[in-house]
Amino acid sequence: MDTIFALASARGKAGVAVVRLSGTAAHDAVVALVGDLPSVRRAALRRLKWHGELLDEALVLIFAKGASFTGEASAEFQLHGSQAVVSSVLRALGEMPGLRLAEAGEFTRRALENGRLDLAQVEGLADLIDAETEAQRRQAQRVLSGAIGRRAEQWRRQLIRACALLEATIDFADEDVPVDVTPEVLGLINGLIAAFDREIAGALVAERVRDGFEVAIVGAPNVGKSTLLNALAGRDAAITSSVAGTTRDVIEVRMDLGGLAVTLLDTAGLRDSDDEVEQIGIGRARTRAAAADLRVFLGDDAPDLGIAVQSDDLVVPAKDDDGSAGGVSGVTGAGLDQLINRIGQVLTARTAGSGVLTRERHRLAIISARRAMESARGEIQSAQHRAEFAAADLWVGIRALDMLVGRLDVENLLDEIFASFCIGK
Amino acid sequence: MKHFDVVVIGGGHAGAEAASASARRGARTLLVSMTRAGIGVMSCNPAIGGLGKGHLVREIDALDGVMAQAGDRAGIQYRLLNRRKGPAVQGPRIQADRRLYREAVQNILAQQQNLTILEGEVVDFTLGKDGQVENVLLADGSEIATRAVVLTTGTFLNGLMHVGDQRASGGRVGDRASHKLAARLADVTQGRGRLKTGTPPRLDGRTINWNVLDSQNGDDAPVMLSFLNRQPLVAQIACGITHTNEATHDIVRSNLGRSAMYGGHIDGIGPRYCPSIEDKVVRFAEKTGHQVFLEPEGLDDHTVYPNGISTSLPAEVQTDYVRSIKGLENAVILQPGYAIEYDFYDPRGLTLGLELRALPGMFLAGQINGTTGYEEAAAQGLLAGANAAAVALGGQNMTLSRADSYLGVMVDDLVTRGVTEPYRMFTSRAEFRLSLRADNADQRLTRIGADLGLVSTLRLASFEAKMQNVSAARDILQARRVTAAELSAAGVTMAPQSGSRTALEALVFPDLTRVALEAIVPEFAAFEAEEKDQVCRDALYAPYLARQQGEADGLRREEAAEIPTDFDYEALSGLSRELSGKLTRVMPRNLAQAGRIEGMTPAALTLILAHLRRGRRVRSVAT
Repeated sequence: MDTIFALASARGKAGVAVVRLSGTAAHDAVVALVGDLPSVRRAALRRLKWHGELLDEALVLIFAKGASFTGEASAEFQLHGSQAVVSSVLRALGEMPGLRLAEAGEFTRRALENGRLDLAQVEGLADLIDAETEAQRRQAQRVLSGAIGRRAEQWRRQLIRACALLEATIDFADEDVPVDVTPEVLGLINGLIAAFDREIAGALVAERVRDGFEVAIVGAPNVGKSTLLNALAGRDAAITSSVAGTTRDVIEVRMDLGGLAVTLLDTAGLRDSDDEVEQIGIGRARTRAAAADLRVFLGDDAPDLGIAVQSDDLVVPAKDDDGSAGGVSGVTGAGLDQLINRIGQVLTARTAGSGVLTRERHRLAIISARRAMESARGEIQSAQHRAEFAAADLWVGIRALDMLVGRLDVENLLDEIFASFCIGK
Repeated sequence: MKHFDVVVIGGGHAGAEAASASARRGARTLLVSMTRAGIGVMSCNPAIGGLGKGHLVREIDALDGVMAQAGDRAGIQYRLLNRRKGPAVQGPRIQADRRLYREAVQNILAQQQNLTILEGEVVDFTLGKDGQVENVLLADGSEIATRAVVLTTGTFLNGLMHVGDQRASGGRVGDRASHKLAARLADVTQGRGRLKTGTPPRLDGRTINWNVLDSQNGDDAPVMLSFLNRQPLVAQIACGITHTNEATHDIVRSNLGRSAMYGGHIDGIGPRYCPSIEDKVVRFAEKTGHQVFLEPEGLDDHTVYPNGISTSLPAEVQTDYVRSIKGLENAVILQPGYAIEYDFYDPRGLTLGLELRALPGMFLAGQINGTTGYEEAAAQGLLAGANAAAVALGGQNMTLSRADSYLGVMVDDLVTRGVTEPYRMFTSRAEFRLSLRADNADQRLTRIGADLGLVSTLRLASFEAKMQNVSAARDILQARRVTAAELSAAGVTMAPQSGSRTALEALVFPDLTRVALEAIVPEFAAFEAEEKDQVCRDALYAPYLARQQGEADGLRREEAAEIPTDFDYEALSGLSRELSGKLTRVMPRNLAQAGRIEGMTPAALTLILAHLRRGRRVRSVAT
């Protein structure tokens, strides 16, 4: 029986986050993360490490088989309540063989199956389970209506096609089916691996920050905002000149900033002006800057520009050409890297606050599907061409995608086979 | 009035297995067949086994059934399909001599204790006061008292044969259909439907120009159907291969309107995987030729079965298109091909033991349940017969799981999903395919069969002896550690520094040959080939099986959680209206089946399970 794990406490920032594991491999997983197995029912402080990297320092609780909520060998980690920490621990657990993320209600279900749940509470449990169903339904719909759902459906079709081709060579070996389906199957698998790679790479940044953050550069006229924007963007996106008030409209540059999708906003210098066009520009600058996710104030002090400095906002000395003032210069590039890092830190911290777990579940599914594809490719390319092994791998991939878009029926597969080949001698 | 514990109606493949299984369990069994000579007849192609089907044959054999033994007595060509793929997807298949096969089945049944065979037509049955089957009534007016009935009517129930626009009532050529029983059955149970199947014209082999045709021989190292046999028992033959061509297709196309199927004479649904030549020409119009296997029907029989051109076109069109095919230019048709329509009953009305839920004591097996194929029918017959005996004698029921057999997969598919076309076994239907191999059917089922009293002491002893040797052979490989250097030297592609492992673990390397292995571990060579094969195959799949084991365990546990038929889904708060409606309609027998219902959620399953547990607690308190 699989060992399952999940975040047991609510999502989002909190003082403590509880990750729970249950199943035969639960204690092994604890040893893999903390180095030893603390004694049962005693809180133990341990450092969690994975691939040599410290994930967190946490309280570890061990429950023996027969003396846990589920009735199985179980463990709990009380982590620091950061989404990034939780996500890294879930990722580590997901990489261990035999472990998988629990389905909704699965801990409870195991508790029931193992007769651990107080039967007097069963009536009350119905309501609890109901709540889980509702949450799962909402989640499924969100996934299905989004880009991931549509893509998953497409991948799944390709997988079923690949599977059908392989199955046709297995189940209809004696019939008139094309003997060499390898090129098409390999093509499909390679395409899927590439797609999964893109998705996995994107999951950490682009997916979490789907629409990008807006970062506004604000400051007094002629402090070098446009020059800074151009330096960050690596091109002349904004017109720069020594004349104060050159920038009138809000200029947007979409860029990858420290791995985050960011839209930089260059705004008109904030000052009182008699120029009507400049006044409109300043008005827009104030509105957009106030609504942006983050503001970078260029200037020596937090100046009174008619825009509130919010927590996290950066105040950076301007035109610091030799970097001596700890500021930034768009002309010499001094302090640019530090600024990028600071912006990156602030935004990354924010991404941790959004529903990471949902997406982590998707990411794990895709990673597991990718692993299966790779294994299938190996089987098909091997000299033995073991179609039944490759097919088993493809099924694993399909089941992984099933997490995103419902179940596969073997009839789908036969439909595909019969639509494609003339079976029957 | 005569009395029997079990009455089996029909002597086809399902009926023969049902009668034998029931009698093997010790039930006094009567087999009623319209003609004694019709018992064990192969109505369609002269072949047994194949992919998925071969697995079923081995399972029947593991349970000491009839089909594999009879097949080996009649096998005139042996081929192991998918020989170049892994053992999990290899299926044994034979060409059978029709006469030898029929005689073998009749002989095996004649020697079976507790079994009586009666020629006659069952036309009616009566029900006892609890609604269970009580007496069966024959056409000659005689009556037989019984406790359980197995109905294996094949294509005979309201059978209707079509050749072009000609139609005739009949169960197959030369046999009459069964109408009275059909009418009676329709009275007492629901879910009647129509299916169809077809046959090709039979050719006179003496009029075929074999010289211009390719031929296909059997395997050099033939693999038997039965675990108990080692080599073919009769002479071996080759099959011919030819192809249809554009001229054939033109003839078929221009006469489509005269085909019973395309002329609108047939309502039944046919299988997609066994299309008629009409279907092939219409659905795969771009193909310029289809393979045709010319299968001799016996060693001393001139009849040839052209596998691949079944049809319901008029006889003269059949002659035209047959003669357009290479090598068949002068072929004479001995009997035209025909399509046949017959009644079946929605198998969702059955229990996992193949008993009609609406009619206790009445078991259905074979085509009446919407399946096609000798092997599918036989396997169901065995299960139904074993369970009919259990009803009659009060013994233990026989149910199999998707995790332990193809028979379990088939029955679960039938009773959970029903059929939309004649159901045929495929290996891809079995999610635990890698562990459900044809070669380990005995390991999966023989002990189960022995516990139920289905397996003779002779077979059980032979099985236990084999298992002892397999286990000893495995221990030898387990005890011997081999280094990477040894393996590299034996031709295995691997890093020479990659440490040592047991010889058993080394078997996962596909390029480790048997010869090389036996050079490293000479003690292993002493065992019988079949025993060594078992060890090697198990080891080959071990990594995958470990992965599947969890799923299989989960499935078995869910199957063990039975849901009573009166379970009230409406009363579950927290279950969506849609789901509770679906569950009420489908009536899943256990949690595993409920889980396969479309739209089911883990939480809903948990809810059902919770209420099952509570129900049990309440009951146990009450008693």
